Amino acid sequence: MNTSLSWIKMYVPELDVTAQEYTDAMTLSGTKVEGFEKMDADLDKIVVGQILKIEQHPDADKLVICQVNVGDKTVQIVTGAPNVHVGESGQKVAVVLDGGKVAGGHDGKKTPGGIVIKAGKLRGIESAGMMCSIEELGSTREMYPEAPEYGIYLFDDDAVVGESAVHALGLDDVIFEYEITSNRVDCYSVIGIAREAAATFGKQFHPPVVTATGNEENVSDYIKVQVEDEKLCPRYITRVVKNVKIGPSPKWMQRCLASNGIRPINNLVDITNYVMEEYGQPMHAYDYDTLAGGKIVVRRAARDEKFVTLDGQERQMDEDVLMICDGEKAVGIAGIMGGENSMITDDVKTVLFEAACFDGTNIRLSGKRIGLRTDASGKFEKGLDPNNAEEAINRACQLMEELGAGEVVGGMVDVYREKREPVSVAFEPDRINALLGTSLTEKEMLNYLEKVELAYDKERNVIVAPTFRQDIHRTADVAEEVARFFGYANIPTTLPSGASMAGKLPFDQRVMAKARDVAEFCGFSQGMCYSFESPKVFQKLLLSQEDPKRNAIKIMNPLGEDFSIMRTSSLHGMLTSLATNFNRRNKDVRLYELGSIYIPHSLPLTELPDERMQFTLGMYGEGDFYDMKGVVEEFFSQIGMTKRTEYTCSDVKPYLHPGRQADIIYDNVTVGYLGEVHPEVCDNYGIGEKAYLAVLDMPSILPFATFDHKYEGIARFPAVTRDISMLVPHDVLAGQIEHMILQRGGKILENCELFDIYEGHQILAGFKSMAYSLTFRSREKTLEEAEISAAMKKIMNGLESLNCELRK
Amino acid sequence: MSDVNIKEKLESILNEAVKKIEESDVPEKLNEARINILGKKGQLTAVLKSMKDVEPEDRPKVGQMVNEAREKIEGKLEAALSEMERKIREEKMKAEVIDVTLPAKKNNIGHRHPNTIALEEVERIFVGMGYEVMEGPEIEYDLYNFEKLNIPANHPAKDEQDTFYVNKDIVLRTQTSPIQARVMESGKLPIRMLAPGRVFRADEVDATHSPSFHQIEGLVVDKNITFADLKGTLAEFARELFGENTKTKFRPHHFPFTEPSAEMDVSCFKCGGTGCRFCKGSGWIEILGCGMVHPHVFEMCGIDPDEYTGFAFGVGLERIALLKYEIDDMRLLYENDYRFLKQF
Repeated sequence: MNTSLSWIKMYVPELDVTAQEYTDAMTLSGTKVEGFEKMDADLDKIVVGQILKIEQHPDADKLVICQVNVGDKTVQIVTGAPNVHVGESGQKVAVVLDGGKVAGGHDGKKTPGGIVIKAGKLRGIESAGMMCSIEELGSTREMYPEAPEYGIYLFDDDAVVGESAVHALGLDDVIFEYEITSNRVDCYSVIGIAREAAATFGKQFHPPVVTATGNEENVSDYIKVQVEDEKLCPRYITRVVKNVKIGPSPKWMQRCLASNGIRPINNLVDITNYVMEEYGQPMHAYDYDTLAGGKIVVRRAARDEKFVTLDGQERQMDEDVLMICDGEKAVGIAGIMGGENSMITDDVKTVLFEAACFDGTNIRLSGKRIGLRTDASGKFEKGLDPNNAEEAINRACQLMEELGAGEVVGGMVDVYREKREPVSVAFEPDRINALLGTSLTEKEMLNYLEKVELAYDKERNVIVAPTFRQDIHRTADVAEEVARFFGYANIPTTLPSGASMAGKLPFDQRVMAKARDVAEFCGFSQGMCYSFESPKVFQKLLLSQEDPKRNAIKIMNPLGEDFSIMRTSSLHGMLTSLATNFNRRNKDVRLYELGSIYIPHSLPLTELPDERMQFTLGMYGEGDFYDMKGVVEEFFSQIGMTKRTEYTCSDVKPYLHPGRQADIIYDNVTVGYLGEVHPEVCDNYGIGEKAYLAVLDMPSILPFATFDHKYEGIARFPAVTRDISMLVPHDVLAGQIEHMILQRGGKILENCELFDIYEGHQILAGFKSMAYSLTFRSREKTLEEAEISAAMKKIMNGLESLNCELRK
Repeated sequence: MSDVNIKEKLESILNEAVKKIEESDVPEKLNEARINILGKKGQLTAVLKSMKDVEPEDRPKVGQMVNEAREKIEGKLEAALSEMERKIREEKMKAEVIDVTLPAKKNNIGHRHPNTIALEEVERIFVGMGYEVMEGPEIEYDLYNFEKLNIPANHPAKDEQDTFYVNKDIVLRTQTSPIQARVMESGKLPIRMLAPGRVFRADEVDATHSPSFHQIEGLVVDKNITFADLKGTLAEFARELFGENTKTKFRPHHFPFTEPSAEMDVSCFKCGGTGCRFCKGSGWIEILGCGMVHPHVFEMCGIDPDEYTGFAFGVGLERIALLKYEIDDMRLLYENDYRFLKQF
């Protein structure tokens, strides 16, 4: 929504503020001004001048020399404008004097800061300034239709020589742009904003005085109105104007429209647009003579009904679109656009005005389905006050009469079954103060409310909200009005009273914080990935057709295929991030992500899916599988998961190297997996190095996590170490060996650690050499040799049962 | 042997010892001297061995003289040795001088995402004020995302927020506000909660938009909570987050689930409020939306608005991260380029 300052001043004449003061104060009282543009910011020293004499330039065919009266003197100006000719005189023009500024060039291109015009010689002849085109004045022919296509702007005769041309053109104005919130439908009108401005600055508000219009005739002799769907059309008003004379509208009206960015067309169109801006009520004008049967019918469209709108396009309707029809045919899409068949032409004799109230939601949805949104539908969508329509249509008729555009027929046809009544809200000053934390008196409150026409009914002790204020329903709404004009800044600042509470982070957040700490300590940086992805990722990850990860939730209205499903794994995000880094030649990259995946219980979705937080680690460059494994184990140890973690591979994951992957199993629960990325998947993502991933499913981990930790004491008795060196069959895994040693070692085996592994040259084929260091210790006493030997013997026997050859 | 003879003998041993110690230039020589004098076959030991020839009544006196001589020699040996070691260490350190300006060895610690740093900062502030951090689902029922927040079916706000739909009843939440409704509905009062989370809106990706971003929702419900409390709390938050001198400005605004509603600006932390390129010359930066919980929202969540009042606020996490760290393109937050991440 935009308004010019001058249009606001038409209703608040005492308003005397700078653009910045207006912006600040209006914003603080709730009508947010997003910005403003001073139309004359780049215009300076431009006056109305009158050409006294025009002579030919002696050395240039296309230039003429003009003597121009600029009020206090006569100046000589050389111009090449094609619309002034030798021998003519008397034209009134906009003259920029020596040292003045214009906004841009003939071509309509504006120069930021303006262009300074200096006296000088043009082909040897002195020229003390410039006569301006409308483009040089920073505007356009769209807004000033009387301006010539080529040449300088010529004023009407009533322009006063020597006065500011900027003022004469109405360019000494400021255009404000507002952000109107959806609850303040009334502020999508100049009057609505002027009312707020008057209240904000404590000035008198003068709404337009609408006078009675109409001849002796009765409009009901011209037209009958039948509304078939009153829910979609709560009110429909028509009036008729005959003997219409189409012509240009007056300059003041053109200026108002231009300042709101609306192009002046003719008196009739301009009046409907003017009233739409002024009252926020869209109007439509039909050529009465095109309406069959002297009848208007408001009905739903037939299924697949075709209709040609006034822009000449044929459009398809459906049963939820409301149509305006005459006795035979549709003549307009209600609230959206009129039809070509009833369009006003310059030959129009009699006009039928429509001011109606349509259901906002229906207009919005219809417009969306048809794919047509207009200024009018934009206003209707917000849900208009039906009581506003009557004032608006009368205002339009008044303007028709005042501007001599036609003869208004007496009376109106008004179909309005359920009149909207003002809302009353109990006046509860104590509650208002309690809600705001203020101590205002009743009188102060009522004073603020009165400013915006919220009247106090003393008898009933209620605040009565006019129907244009559709946002006032209860005390909280009244409190906001009080607060707005008392000033949010004047409300005190306190901290909540009441018992103090202990702030806390939930347990899962504490575990995640630990995950971040461990990952970062191990050199991984945190990334963030989108929750949606393309179904194409399944193929990139080599998932089979049956893979459960393919059961993803689809978005009905995605931004595109790439964002069309909710991710069921965190792999794609991580691999894409690694690939981005690889592409950009970042070396040795380690990333982690904490983000959810979305697993539906069933598809299509009938209940909310399982959102599972995934702790995902990915890396390429320095480091291998075992580095990744180390990060996982460090994390587990930091969150109190101190039992032995198992690594097995029960189901092969297609996106990982088949021989380099493992499930991570803690206390018999699979809590995640890790592995080297399958080389084909690396190719699919464009990662040119070995990459490793670990994915931990946080909901599976949380039940094991604990921050309760007990000190176990420092061992008081000496430890004894024994090394075992052996040849182990190739297929026997380190995990099996360790498992055997730990199982057989008994309570006194404190630790077992692999310290050497070798395979290849000098080692028997099919075997690998492994060496473990075992530590024995008792908490109660110094161990005796016999005890250790016994334990070692058990371990050795166990290892031999795995076909290990012990080296003596 | 008389005690006099012994005394002379001891003196000569002592003198010789001093001489030898002084002549020693390496610890080995000192050790040699020690063995010569104090060793099993050393001179002093020999004197001690000759004690059997001394008259029994003189033995204690002689014994004492021998011990004194031993102590003296040991003392000298010790002093000489430690002086020698000191010198050797000094020499060694002279040879060990390093170039302290050579580059440090890197620790390769990973970096936290700027969003998380900002979030942890916000959480720290509010947890300190007694707020409990809570969460809610990212895929949410329309009922919680809209209806219970006073945004009924066909409300234009639904369009404004460009909602992603899974079906007509389930949406990707457009805001963290549904957590408000869920927490209020759970019935535990009073409430002081902070709910951060990921939200979704159908905005194409560009420098200032992302179809997925994060919000932090705050909610306080208790008896006697006022708009003044809202102002005081958020002003405190702004000072903690942006610095002690940060000023706040509350402007009326509209949200369907609060009444009265406001937007809060903070004085530009770059220029301090005088106006700069950063705040587009206004001196203020828009930071969050807030308001008093709408009585109808209370009613829908089973809380009596005559008894309880409350306030709520919602902050865009990315907005804070972008502002605080002066990041000029939102896309950087989701690309995960290490050269970006390592700056945090």
